[in-house]
Amino acid sequence: MARIEAEVGTPKGGFMKWIDDRFPFTSTMKYHVTEYYASKNFNFWYVFGVLAFVVLFIQLFTGIFLTMNYKPDAAQAFASVEYIMRDVEWGWLIRYMHSTGASFFFIVVYLHMFRAMLYGSYKKPRELIWIIGMLIFLVLMAEAFAGYLLPWGQMSYWGAQVIISLFGAIPVVGDALVEIIRGDYSISDITLNRFFALHVIALPLALIGLVFVHIVALHEVGSNNPDGIEIKENKDAKGVPLDGIAFHPYHTSKDLVAIIIFLMIFSAVVFFAPEMGGYFLEHANFEPANLTATPEHIAPVWYFTPFYAILRAVPDKLWGFILFGLSVLLPMFLPWLDKSRVKSIRYRGPIYKSALTIFVISFLTLGWLGVQPAEGIYVRMAQFFGVLYFAFFLLMPYYTSIDKTKPVPERVVYNG
Amino acid sequence: MTEDDLDRNRRHFLTIATVVTGLAGAGAAAIPFLSSLKPSARAQAMGAPVEVPIGSLQVGEMVRVLWRGKLVFVLRRDEAMLATLPGMTDNLRDPNSEVVEQQPEYAMNESRSVKPEYLVVEGSCTHLGCAPIEDFEVRPAEGWGGGFFCPCHGSKFDLAGRVFKGVPAPTNLRVPPYRFVRDDLILIGLDTGAA
Repeated sequence: MARIEAEVGTPKGGFMKWIDDRFPFTSTMKYHVTEYYASKNFNFWYVFGVLAFVVLFIQLFTGIFLTMNYKPDAAQAFASVEYIMRDVEWGWLIRYMHSTGASFFFIVVYLHMFRAMLYGSYKKPRELIWIIGMLIFLVLMAEAFAGYLLPWGQMSYWGAQVIISLFGAIPVVGDALVEIIRGDYSISDITLNRFFALHVIALPLALIGLVFVHIVALHEVGSNNPDGIEIKENKDAKGVPLDGIAFHPYHTSKDLVAIIIFLMIFSAVVFFAPEMGGYFLEHANFEPANLTATPEHIAPVWYFTPFYAILRAVPDKLWGFILFGLSVLLPMFLPWLDKSRVKSIRYRGPIYKSALTIFVISFLTLGWLGVQPAEGIYVRMAQFFGVLYFAFFLLMPYYTSIDKTKPVPERVVYNG
Repeated sequence: MTEDDLDRNRRHFLTIATVVTGLAGAGAAAIPFLSSLKPSARAQAMGAPVEVPIGSLQVGEMVRVLWRGKLVFVLRRDEAMLATLPGMTDNLRDPNSEVVEQQPEYAMNESRSVKPEYLVVEGSCTHLGCAPIEDFEVRPAEGWGGGFFCPCHGSKFDLAGRVFKGVPAPTNLRVPPYRFVRDDLILIGLDTGAA
């Protein structure tokens, strides 16, 4: 024991000193890992950031291996995916991990975003973390969309047709823009080739860069917690937040449990339900792209359906596009739309709790409506829940300012 | 050099001049990259006109052809089909084909065609580009005289490719440039030159 104490404060020697004189390894590890203090009362909702990181790793890793056998060529793409599935050793596993990973990425990210809404993690001083997070979400949507074209199945082709055509709704420049996105007069081999470039290089690079700044910004202000109080306001003599514990080894060991449970669920899907009844891999996509016939029933993959339902609910091309875009972008303004004095749902009043409940119901219902045919009652319902979706954001400045909040404690509480 | 010797105006000018020159250079360098995204020479060449023989096309029959990778419908309409067109006017958004980009001048008529018997339209819904499905069965109870139905978002078009009111598609189906080379041969993609 005495020996260890003697070492503290003495100048290090040897290999680590050699490194640290040339690269800030030890200080960086301390700042971001061993002496990064996060609240002690993190709950279930706080595992999804780490899980998003795990899925990102799975996607990058499996993606590299898929690239080794995939051919970005309209004449060969579909067959090369079948080749991976049938002839490449364990190719089916690598591909199912990647396709399942895409859906899990969105499950994890949606839950991660919902956590921020539960505990007001987007509020001051974490506005920038939220905005960077929203940018990550946008890039992730683009990444998933580009990736979905690559197997060159019926849904790949017609889904891309619909989404790219959306940009044609922009007045004046729309048509020219669509031609530049496709690089041809219709979606073709040229389009497939450039979507491949975006999917494997441009967008993953952007994603990794944004994740990096997301974490740098987070570690600058410190993590929020289920009470929505700033733990840095109560520090001990050494400047360590009284309610905080080091990220490593404490939070990391808790996260390890979450990762193991996550991987169990992930593996169960990969092995037993990789198509997830047509939601993770759509049935129509097992047919190669046919330029002369749209599938009878066309729907995007489940993670786009809430926004897609809003698009379809509007019987006008330009307004459909505007409201679709707005429904994706509105959450970005949450830090300024929310006028409440408290962050966490624990101390919010009944109005916000009701509003958030209605929002969740609307979002899930819109998601369900997005896979239903666009007719009759479904369109009416999409219009109804679409209005609720927008009302949640647009009326927020009003209802959060009149809501009755509860007093917030000085220190974090457990099982609150 | 000390702080006093500093000519701030000169430094400011140099900073602005450098930034402006740099931006101009970056802008110029962006041109080749942006241009490379446009349809290439090969893509343009592949967009050459296509010939469609219609000699064996029966009355009431439709063929689907690809021009520039885009689906084109060629429908031989019978008298009954053509007779439905005038009665549709009230339900249509643009019955007289007034949106000029949607058809060449010679198709700016009620049947939206060169010869009323033959309808030539792009099989691409003007909403979001799905391929509409033909539905030529007349169902007067629904006010349906036959036409095209888009499975994606429910847009409807009549037998001249004219869009109905109250659907997401904003305009009529586009009529590509075309001409009759002979009575039994249509050229899609080009409407000039000797027959």
